[in-house]
Amino acid sequence: MAIQENSYQMMAKKVVKEHQKQKWFQLQLLLKRKAACLSLIILVLTVLAAVFAPWVAPYPEQGQGVLNIENRLQPPSSASLLGTDIYGRDMLSRVIYGARISLFGSACIVFFAALIGVPLGLWAGYNEGISGAVISRVVELFLSFPSTLSAIAISIIVGVGWPTAIIALIIPWWPWYTRLVQGEALSIKRMLYIEAAQMLGYGKIYIIFRHILPNVMTPVIVMILLDLGPAIIAIGLLSFLGLGTQPPMADWGLMVWEGAPNILSEWWISIVPGGAMFMVVIAFNIFGDALKDILGSNR
Amino acid sequence: MNKPLIKLEQINTWFPDNKPVFGKPTSWIKAVNDVSLNIIEGECLGLVGESGCGKSTMGRTILRLAPLYSGKIKFMGDDISKSDDKGLKPYRAKMQMVFQDPKASLNPKMTIFKILSEATALNLRVAKENYLEQAVKLLDLVDLRPEHIYRYPHEFSGGQQQRICVARALATDPKFIVFDEATSALDVSVQAQVINLMKDLQNKLDLTYLFISHDLSIMEHVCSRVAVMYAGQIIEVQDSGSLFDTPRHPYTKALKNAVPIADPESGKELGILKGEVPKLSDPPSGCHFHPRCDYKENICVEKSPKVRKTGKNSQVKCHFHEELWKRGVLRYT
Repeated sequence: MAIQENSYQMMAKKVVKEHQKQKWFQLQLLLKRKAACLSLIILVLTVLAAVFAPWVAPYPEQGQGVLNIENRLQPPSSASLLGTDIYGRDMLSRVIYGARISLFGSACIVFFAALIGVPLGLWAGYNEGISGAVISRVVELFLSFPSTLSAIAISIIVGVGWPTAIIALIIPWWPWYTRLVQGEALSIKRMLYIEAAQMLGYGKIYIIFRHILPNVMTPVIVMILLDLGPAIIAIGLLSFLGLGTQPPMADWGLMVWEGAPNILSEWWISIVPGGAMFMVVIAFNIFGDALKDILGSNR
Repeated sequence: MNKPLIKLEQINTWFPDNKPVFGKPTSWIKAVNDVSLNIIEGECLGLVGESGCGKSTMGRTILRLAPLYSGKIKFMGDDISKSDDKGLKPYRAKMQMVFQDPKASLNPKMTIFKILSEATALNLRVAKENYLEQAVKLLDLVDLRPEHIYRYPHEFSGGQQQRICVARALATDPKFIVFDEATSALDVSVQAQVINLMKDLQNKLDLTYLFISHDLSIMEHVCSRVAVMYAGQIIEVQDSGSLFDTPRHPYTKALKNAVPIADPESGKELGILKGEVPKLSDPPSGCHFHPRCDYKENICVEKSPKVRKTGKNSQVKCHFHEELWKRGVLRYT
């Protein structure tokens, strides 16, 4: 018997070694996907540029909003690579500074919306009793208002500025996550492995977080990645209405709106921030897709 | 060896059929209705019956997964019928279940190692740092290769998945395992593998099984004793060797007659039972089987028969079992 116990130990050691090799293999799989790697590089560079904006931007003070009227509406040139806007500020610097609010803001909105929405959805899906019904009704109440309208109303009440704009957008945003997760949780709850876990004596909270949550994460991650783009646009919309980012500062959505009246003559004012938005959103999508495939379509 | 591991005393599992806003439901689905039965240590008790007669619910009631309406369940002498989740915890490790659909009973996002460790956590004799070793040991026990321990359930075939389920059930070091139609979803050749594995493990680890199935030939092969269920009630219990040759209840005979014979020239007609499976919410009066019984009399309609012992470990629930036995009409020919 002692010999056998020993051999189990040996086997266990061997199995661990093999597993480490496999993990390395997963990383290799990711590296093999050129589009996904490119997306990751773009995302990392954009985030780095936003974080180190004072050092990266060619005209940091213009990026923060200092006017430069004599050079207004210049097309792209060697002095300003992406042209200048209506107040003569360098577009490249503006875009880099704009990335700070746009990326950070949209990440905040989506992250907190998921952070509030997902646990509530899990709870409502797993408990069909009174608490679940209450959550469902509250979600329906929120979803019955057009989200843009309620965001506008909230930011008027709370006050203008980009931090309040973010909060005003989180409030109508989270119920979508609750609804998505609740539906998924309802179907997963009926799976036999939930019953198997109950039979092992595990409690509600454990089952919700260890069994149901990992199984709803795939649609949640997809929704998060798809929502990042609309969130950037939503902040821009509030900024355009004068409720979000205040004009000397920049965010991509605001810049697109600023350039809209001149789109036919001075196209770069809208196209540059729009292109930046487009690039980042696409990169998020491609990378998210690849990640989903590699981490295993275990369904 | 021969003392009962589990004693069921008049257990009822009723689900509410309608849910009024206030007060108690007025009609109930009586999935398990007044069942008394002993499960003897070391045996494999089979449980047969038509679909929808409450066999699965009975298995789940014994494990306290389905709500018990009334009655007593004694496990190793302790009454567990009133215990809540907390009180049941010490018994959870001792009673496990293997489900019908192996694919649905394994979490697709967990590796085999995680699935097994989650169950091993209930086995207090294994320390946390030995979980991996224990998992390897369990896989070896069910004839799976330990190298596959970090794989996900979808990478295995149905038979392998079912063996992982068996390994999970064994991880807690149980005394009693319920197999709920555990082989019905598998191919015939894979069924044989799983069943032989079950039998080996029973001998090796001194397990007691409740084997729920509707496949009579497997029953005869695997089980030492078989209980026949009809409309939520146990109507007959006998040793598996004698049950289908010398049944004492007309329904048991009807069940056996409905099994097709793999011989086109045998010339035997299938004895399909007339009538329908009774509704569990509104079962027939008296003996639940009377609308479909060939030997019914007035008393069958009026009075529910008592459970009568016919041997040490056998019982039957029929008004006329002695008379039918003497006439010999039920004997299988």
